[in-house]
Amino acid sequence: MALPRQPRAIALISGGLDSMLAAKVVQSQGVHVEGVNFFTGFCVEGHTQAVKRTKKQKVKRHSALWCAEQIGIPMQIVDISEEYKDIVVNPQYGYGRLLNPCLDCKIFMVNHALDLKGNDNEPFDFVITGEVVGQRPKSQRSETMAIIAKESGADDRLLRPLCAKNLPPSLPEREGWVNRDKLYGFSGRSRKPQFALAKELGISEWSQPAGGCCFLTDESYTKKLQDLWDSRGRKDYDLEDVVLLKIGRHIRPAPHYKLIIGREEGENQYLRGFRHKFAHMSTVSHAGPLCLIDGELNQKERMLSSRILARYSRGRTASEVTVRITDPSGLSEEVVVEPFEPHLIPQDWSLTN
Amino acid sequence: MRTANILDTKGLLCPLPVIRLQEFVRRVESETEVTVVATDPGVLADIPSWCRVNGHELISTKELGREYHVTVRAFPPLSV
Repeated sequence: MALPRQPRAIALISGGLDSMLAAKVVQSQGVHVEGVNFFTGFCVEGHTQAVKRTKKQKVKRHSALWCAEQIGIPMQIVDISEEYKDIVVNPQYGYGRLLNPCLDCKIFMVNHALDLKGNDNEPFDFVITGEVVGQRPKSQRSETMAIIAKESGADDRLLRPLCAKNLPPSLPEREGWVNRDKLYGFSGRSRKPQFALAKELGISEWSQPAGGCCFLTDESYTKKLQDLWDSRGRKDYDLEDVVLLKIGRHIRPAPHYKLIIGREEGENQYLRGFRHKFAHMSTVSHAGPLCLIDGELNQKERMLSSRILARYSRGRTASEVTVRITDPSGLSEEVVVEPFEPHLIPQDWSLTN
Repeated sequence: MRTANILDTKGLLCPLPVIRLQEFVRRVESETEVTVVATDPGVLADIPSWCRVNGHELISTKELGREYHVTVRAFPPLSV
C-alpha cells in the first residue's frame, strides 16, 4: 500500500539510548517521526530529582525531551497515571522480579501510542519502539514481543528497528515505507551494538538512569509500595501515594502507622505540603527534619515516634529533645523525649534501604 | 488577537506542569500567550525544551521567590 504522502511514525521515547536510536534510524529513512513519553507516576525522571534539588544544583533535564531535541523530533508527554493503575494493580501477564508489570505496560503504551495524533492533528501509520530481542527477561523476548504486537492491536504496525532483522517483516518494511536492509538485527543483553550505532549516528550523550527509568523495578521503592498495599489490605494507590513513597525515610513501627521523615531540606519542604492531610512532628529544641505520621497513634506510640524522630535531629546525642506533634487541624502538643539510639530501632521497621 | 493566560501548576512536580501546558495548548485556536506558574524549578529546563521540539516560542522565564513563571507563545495544532 503506497502512501500518497510521507509515512508517519510515533516512537515511544523513554529517555534512554535504545528508543532514541530506534527513532533516529527510522527518521533517517525519510519517515516523519514524532515521539511520545508516557507519564505513569512511577517514572524515575522528575519527581524526586525536583524535590531533592538544592539551589546549588543544576536543574535536571527531562531525558525524553532532551532525546527528542537531540534527534530533532516533536514530542508529547502523555499522562496515563490514572489508567495505569489497573496495569500496576492487576497485570494480566504478571510481574517481573519486583512489582514491574513490564509486559502489560508495553502493551498498554503501544496501544495508547496508536491512538495519538501528531502536532498537525494527523494520525500515525505505525509505532516504533527501541526493544531488542533478549535484552530484558520479562518483556523483551521473541515470544513476548509477539504478544505485545498482538495484544496492543498494533500487530504488524509495530516496528522495532534495532532488532527488526530478527523478526518477521512488519507492515512498514513490506510496504517499503522503510528499507529493511537498513534496519538492525541486535539481540541479547550486550550494549556494544547500540554504543557502536550511537557513534555512527553522531550521538555521544544519553541518559543512563541507574536501575532503569521506572520505580517499579526498584527494590527499595517496591518494598514500600507492597507495604502500603499490605497496610491498607488492598492493592490501591493514588498519585500522592506514589510521590510520597519516593520521598523521605519510611519507618513502620507497627502495622497501623508509618512515619515519613525528610532526609534533607528539599524533602522537608515537600513534606510540608502534606501537613493539612497528615499529623506531623518536628523537633523544637534542636534543628531536625519534618515527619509525617500516616496512621492514628496512642500516647505511647506518640512518645515512641517522637524518640525516633529525635534520633534524626541535631539533638540525637542530647539527653532530651522537645518534639511538637501537630494534627492536621493545627492542634499541637509538645513532648520531651530521649532520642533513640540507632541500634535500638529495629531494622525491620525501616522500609527504606 | 493575542490573549494572556495563567496556568497554575503550583505543587505539581515535573513533568506534570509540561503536561498541563501541552493539554492547554492543544485547545487553543489561535496564537496564544500563556504563563505557567510553578513551584518545581524543573519547568525552567523542561518547558523551554518542550517549546523547542514542538515549535512554540519561549518568551521568558522568571524566578519569583519560590515560584517560577515561564511564559510561552503557543500556536494552534494545525499551524505548528
